[in-house]
Amino acid sequence: MMADLIAWVMVLAIAAYACAGGTDYGAGFWDLLAGGAERGRRPRWLIDHAMAPVWETNNVWLIFVLVVMWTGFPTLFQAVFTALWLPLALAAVGLVLRGAGFALRKPTRRLARRRIYGAAFALASLVTPFFLGAALGAVAAGRVAVGTTATADAWANPTSVLTGLLAVAATAFLGAVFLCSDALRFDAEDLVDYFRVRALFAFAAVVVLAIVALPVTHDDARYVWDGLTSGWGLLPVILAGVCGVATVVLLLRRSYAWTRYTSVASVALIVVAWGLAQRPYLLPTSLTVSEAAGAAHTLRWLAIVTVIAVVLVGPALVLLYRLDTMGTLEPLTDSDTGAAKAPGDNY
Amino acid sequence: MIGTVSLLAASTPPQLLPARELMAFTLASHILLVPFGVALPLITLIMHYRGLRRDDPVALKLARRWSAVMAIQFAVGVVTGTVLSFELGLLWPGMMGRWGDVFGLGFGVEAWAFFLEAILIAIYLYGWRRLKPWTHFWLAVPLPLTALLGAFGIIAANSWMNTPQGFELDANGDPVQVDVRQAIFTPIFGAEYWHFVVAMFLTAGYLVAGVYAVGWLRGRRDRYHRLGFTVPFTVAAILTPIQFMLGDSAARSVFHKQPIKFAAMEIVWETDTHVPEYLFGRLNSDGSISGGIKIPQLDSILAGFKPSTKVTGLTSVPASDRPNAVQATIVHWAFDIMATIGSLLILLALWYGWCWLRRRDLPHSRWFFRCAAIAGAACLVTVECGWITTEVGRQPWIVYNHMRVSEAVTDTRAGSLWTMLGIVMAVYVCVFGAFLAVLLKMRTRWRIADEADPAARTGPHPETDTPYGPRGEPEPAGARTAPGDGSGSGDSKGGSS
Repeated sequence: MMADLIAWVMVLAIAAYACAGGTDYGAGFWDLLAGGAERGRRPRWLIDHAMAPVWETNNVWLIFVLVVMWTGFPTLFQAVFTALWLPLALAAVGLVLRGAGFALRKPTRRLARRRIYGAAFALASLVTPFFLGAALGAVAAGRVAVGTTATADAWANPTSVLTGLLAVAATAFLGAVFLCSDALRFDAEDLVDYFRVRALFAFAAVVVLAIVALPVTHDDARYVWDGLTSGWGLLPVILAGVCGVATVVLLLRRSYAWTRYTSVASVALIVVAWGLAQRPYLLPTSLTVSEAAGAAHTLRWLAIVTVIAVVLVGPALVLLYRLDTMGTLEPLTDSDTGAAKAPGDNY
Repeated sequence: MIGTVSLLAASTPPQLLPARELMAFTLASHILLVPFGVALPLITLIMHYRGLRRDDPVALKLARRWSAVMAIQFAVGVVTGTVLSFELGLLWPGMMGRWGDVFGLGFGVEAWAFFLEAILIAIYLYGWRRLKPWTHFWLAVPLPLTALLGAFGIIAANSWMNTPQGFELDANGDPVQVDVRQAIFTPIFGAEYWHFVVAMFLTAGYLVAGVYAVGWLRGRRDRYHRLGFTVPFTVAAILTPIQFMLGDSAARSVFHKQPIKFAAMEIVWETDTHVPEYLFGRLNSDGSISGGIKIPQLDSILAGFKPSTKVTGLTSVPASDRPNAVQATIVHWAFDIMATIGSLLILLALWYGWCWLRRRDLPHSRWFFRCAAIAGAACLVTVECGWITTEVGRQPWIVYNHMRVSEAVTDTRAGSLWTMLGIVMAVYVCVFGAFLAVLLKMRTRWRIADEADPAARTGPHPETDTPYGPRGEPEPAGARTAPGDGSGSGDSKGGSS
């Protein structure tokens, strides 16, 4: 019972990371495709402004997922990190390059250096969600079991690759939808349409990948496939589809008030559907939630810590997002810190 | 299970060395950023408070500049910290699989505390322009507390690895009957926590002050440098003697709770009373000691306040259960370097305190500022040394007396781990190099602006461009009114230049 609760905390944290972190990865994806320094200047300006205040907070969800995993389900953690060594190691390297690239680009005033940091940020924004998605796909496909050693077979297979690509497409969709609203918020009319078109393309990519995934994963990930296409798992899938289509309709009608919520709901519902489909397994058909659960006393305390944290962090998180969407959060300018142009600065 | 354990204990898997090197490298890098994550918010807030309270534009400018530094430092710290949580699984799955539910909760506290810190720091860093001045300040006040809470979680986990408790072992040697409270408040926790936290504040204080000490030595003796030096240096100087006592008590806790680690720290070979203290020196594998300064009786006196105190030696346990001679020498040197630098810092703090009491002024001697300038770097060395003492001194145990490092290590082939180490080292060298370069560049740009308009840093009048003004242009090209500023404004990413 308590183990189930903690398992749902973990699924919800993954959903939160997929939405919050995913939006940032998506912004990085569009940064990558924004073109040269001249052509990509305005989209990049918007991406920097929209992401800067919240991206660290969004990143912390991942740490929380890992902590719940090893505290609540240590066997699961051991199995996943042993079997999926390479994709997770590459994702970790991607996280460093991405975070450092983004943080260092902002205060840099030389075009050549900005290009390097920007490239690191943008490329890592593509690589990291792909490998995280591939790892999730490997778990869903039942290719990870307790005792599985690190093999390419666990993650270099059609199901994992498709999940990785789906993750990238979903982040691109989220990113574009959010940047649409951000463009409105920053009064950059031209960028609204720029990202609106991209959001529609990204959604199309998600749909195409999902359709391709249906036959490909039918035998490869049978347990989860069944869970997603029948019973309780089907409901959130349908709802996610409805939310996705609603987002597209709203985008087509240029009505942006609700697009962020509907797009987030569609991604979060897919993660929840995956959680429902995989019940009662953490590692499909080999490790159930109750088998993997850590000590009962620890789980109880983990629940208590989670509740306390929700009470403490929840209001702060709401405040942050509220201040951010109201446009109250702005980076310091050179005039605030009293900085001048240094020799060699050209940006 | 027991059979496997003893088999593993006898052999050293080839992937152990690269796994250890990788963990050591990433931790040693990350720990250099921790003092700023934990302590820079407090120091900045003190300066910020001063600026608001006395309507002091110089203090406000310093606080704003420090928060600009904090922004980059925090971002780099977040990613190197995330890597560490990945590495716990990638490198030590055996430890996490067996003990994760016993000691993991500390990390849970840390994760949430860190969450709160990330939110508050974002509001603080980006709230300068549009929030009301005092609202902005008060929203940041919980920041140092979240940092302390985060450190609580991490140190709880680490101190558990040093003095594990809060569980019983079943017939298979697996932990059962977990008691979380016991697992968090382990015997060494208190000593380790306070020693660590104060070290962080001390290091951040001396390092920030050191930057302005250099400026002072180069002749920039204005109010800006004076304030930038005095506030962080005072914080650090007050904490220095406290830290010395905390360090002493931490060492004594190690003596009681981890006697073999203490033996390595002091290179004590045979259990004995009237044990001499060696300053530096090298332990040979036959137990003899080369070099170093020997002070009779002192080790026993330091450990138990009298020469007849019995100090446990390394040979009290089998060779496979203790650090080898090289490891013991490393621990001993790390410990001695830490203690030496700590003692020298006390002299520096006393010098400062003496001048302040007598003349209400900074010391005039150039030598004082020279020492102050290197104190920050010296503190970073002590942070590394303290960490080496804790971690290498625990060898060969990852969970003291319960699990060896070799039992916890991943099965991944050594070749993959060496490759990974190479990649990570290359990436980290680039990231830290770029981080430093960006900081130095920011400093240069600030100095150029200050030199162009000396009034901006000394004058009593508020700056012309107050950060609390109305919002600038949506496309922030308009906000380029800094005195003597020829460049684009800071947030003009793409739109303006």
